[in-house]
Formats: sequence, C-alpha cells, structure tokens
Amino acid sequence: MTEKTILNATHRALGARMVDFGGWDMPINYGSQIEEHHAVRRDAGMFDVSHMTVVDLHGARTREFLRHLLANNIDKLKVHGKALYSCMLDERGGVIDDLIVYYLGEEFFRLVVNAGTRAKDLAWIERRAKAFDVQVKERPEFAMIAVQGPNARAKVLGLLHEVDRPRIEKLGKFSAAAAQGPHGMPLFVARTGYTGEDGFEIIVPAEHAIALWEALAAAGVAPAGLGARDTLRLEAGMNLYGQDMNESVTPWEANLGWTVALDEGRDFIGRAALEQQKAAGVPRTMVGLVLDDKGVLRHGQKVLTANGEGEILSGSFAPTLNKAVAFARIPVGEPGDVRVDIRGREVPVRLVKYPFVRDGKPCEGI
Amino acid sequence: MSEIPGDLKFLKSHEWARVEDDGLVRVGISDHAQDQLGDLVYVELPEVGSAVKAGTGAAVVESVKAASDIYSPVSGEVVEVNELLNDKPETINEDAFGEGWIFLVRPSDRAELDELLDANDYEELVENEDH
Repeated sequence: MTEKTILNATHRALGARMVDFGGWDMPINYGSQIEEHHAVRRDAGMFDVSHMTVVDLHGARTREFLRHLLANNIDKLKVHGKALYSCMLDERGGVIDDLIVYYLGEEFFRLVVNAGTRAKDLAWIERRAKAFDVQVKERPEFAMIAVQGPNARAKVLGLLHEVDRPRIEKLGKFSAAAAQGPHGMPLFVARTGYTGEDGFEIIVPAEHAIALWEALAAAGVAPAGLGARDTLRLEAGMNLYGQDMNESVTPWEANLGWTVALDEGRDFIGRAALEQQKAAGVPRTMVGLVLDDKGVLRHGQKVLTANGEGEILSGSFAPTLNKAVAFARIPVGEPGDVRVDIRGREVPVRLVKYPFVRDGKPCEGI
Repeated sequence: MSEIPGDLKFLKSHEWARVEDDGLVRVGISDHAQDQLGDLVYVELPEVGSAVKAGTGAAVVESVKAASDIYSPVSGEVVEVNELLNDKPETINEDAFGEGWIFLVRPSDRAELDELLDANDYEELVENEDH
C-alpha cells in the first residue's frame, strides 16, 4: 500500500505529478522540475519531506549507545540542538543508512533517517538499543518541510513569533532549536538541508503542516518536488542512499570517509571491517564526472577507465550547469581518459572534484 | 493540455505522424508524452539519409528524469531533422505538435499509415491511461 503525507491533497490541488517514492505517494514536480530547481538556487523553494522518519531516543545511556551505533562520533555534539551527519554500518562496514542525529538533551537524541529504509533501520536500532536500555520511539505524528534557497531563512523568520526571530536568525549551520510558527504552532527548526543552499528543515506536528505550507507559499516560497530535490543534491555533491551507497559499499568507497571517526578506543559497529579494508587497500573510489558534450549521464551507465570498468551511481542533467554531471564508482588508481557508454557510444567525460555547485554558483573547475 | 490536431496519426507509444502536402511524413511526440516526460534537455536526432523502420527506435529524447526511445511511425528514409532541437530541446515541451517536430521521413510503404491510430482513438487511449 502506498503511504501519503498529510500534504498529499495540497500537492494534488497544486497540480503536482505524483510518483511512488520508497512506498510514498510524493510530488515529483508541480509543472517544471527545472524551474523549481532554479527557484531554490535563486530565491526560495519548499519540499514536503514528511516521508522521512523521525526517531527519538531516550535513556541515560543514549550517548553511549550512539557511540556504538554510528560511524561518526556522537561526542562531537556538545551543545544543545547541534546536529551530526553519520552513516550507520553493519558488521561488514556496509552502509545500512545515512542519517542526521540531533542532540536535544543528555538523555534525548533525535534521528532523522530515510523513508525507504525505515523498517530495517528501526529493526536494527531497536535490537541494539535494548542492551543500553535506550527507548526507541518513532514519531509518525510529525510532518517535515524543507525550505531552501538564498532567501529561505528570511522568509521563514518572517513567519515566526517575534520573540523567537533573533534566536533563530542566529542559529548556526547544522543546529536546531524550537520556535513558534504561525498561530503559535510549535516548530523544530534546523539549519540543515539537501540542496547546497542555506535554509531550514522544519519538523512540525502533522495537524499544523498544511497551515505552515500555506503560510510559506503566501510568503513567496515556491513548492518544489522530489525531482528538483534530486538534481539540487546531486549538484551539491550529496549522496543518495540506495543509489550512491548501500550495504555492499563501505563509506571509503562512497566518498563518506569524512564522516567516519576512527577515534581511539571507540568500538562502533563496522569499525573492524573498515580498518581492515583500509589496511588492505580500498578497491573502489567514488568520483565526480562532467559531460561537456550533449547528452545525459544516467544511473547504471558503464564507465570505462584505464583500470577497468566502473558505473554511474547518481547521474542527471544539472540545471545550474546546463550539462550532465554524475557520481561514479570506479577502480582505484590513475584512471586515464575516462569514457561513459551511452547507448553503445563511448563518450569522453571529465573527472572532477565535487560539489559541482555551491551557494547558487558552479564550483571552480566544473 | 493542447487539443490533438485531427490530421495527425499516432503510435500507441505516443509518436505522431503528419502527412505533408508533398507526401513526406513529419514525426514528433504527443503533448501528452512531453507532459509525462517533463522538461526535455536533450534530443538525439537521426542522421539525414538514414533508414528508419516502422515501430523501431529512430531518435531518443531525454528529460531530466529519463531517456526515451522515439519510434518511427513509418518506414523510409530520413530527409530532414529538426536542428532547432539541438539548442532548444524544450521546444517539444512548448509546442509538441508544431515547432517541436523531430524528423521528416520519405515513406517507403504508405500502407503503414493505415495501421496508425487516428486522433480520436489516440485521445481515448490517453484518457484510459490517465484513469
């Protein structure tokens, strides 16, 4: 059965094209995906991301539990409201999911995990939480709206209770705080995102989500679908679970090494396998590709290098760059001239460092 | 969405064919098809002079979302392609039945035209698809 977010009828009333996304009936666009993409790069756009799963962890040993559960080090979170991006690994070092964890109290942390991985994540977390007496509580009564773009923060701030505005305006990147929204609705406002633009991701009780969406629309925030979200995050160099990594891939092979903290003495799940792979030599690497010629790089296309074949993970036309870009996983070593097989034609591509786009502009060398 | 012109014939896979006064057959995709595909970003045109076969791939259109084969409604020789699409693939989104045509064929077997759906049949097909 397909699940629906509280905003489902709102999307349909706006004429959205709906698709199945991880078991959820979600808007892919409201007309033009490219215009929605540009709205986020140039002004402000909003995404219904209520399909994502909010999981609250409570208990005296929650921090200790997260030291064990996550590949990034939870002890980086020292200030209330701070957030951390991390992988959750299995014993073989494969990525079960990527997530954001918020520090809301010494006995209270909040996880936001992917929609498509909800069931296996919950099963995995619950099974391991028992030994730490940590209570795992899913929060399906929350909706979530991401407001992103150079003008996104200002437009959200205008809707907040005025006593909250200065505090939320000063909120640092990757931090969250509670605030009152329109009609006094309680919001959890996080300065995070998945687009490469500034903005907020707002968790709101489902019964207030439609009113918040409408207030944002009235403030000039453009509705944007998951199609634009995908091209925005690709340009911003952000991985998509299931496409760029899964259980068969370690963080080393998914360009997520920066999220792995091999701090002394911390025994997290998957650590031994990661150290072993690092010592033995990581066989594959994830790189960025740019196609200067006409055409579009797509998931699953074969990548040809001097060291053998790789494949395209996420690939798309990038509206900000007006050409196609992709992530690819290829064998390590000097790759030589790289080509991609597009319908039997070998097309030369450029290997680049990504992100491809940051804060509305193409990065150097793209 | 725009009206379906009555002089067009269709494949079930949403390509249209228009027989011009000189007997050549102009080919494009329907307005419904462009709407389904979303913003088009690239069109791979056939080569002028190449042979196409009815019901097989002759061109490719790529939207942000996906790549789709375009089947030729008739067999024959490609005599012209819409070069405008090289720089402005979005022309198909804007005017699928007019400026957004893709290629022009000199048909080798005019009887193939009788196998195609007429505008009414096609309209019905699209309506059933939507439900």
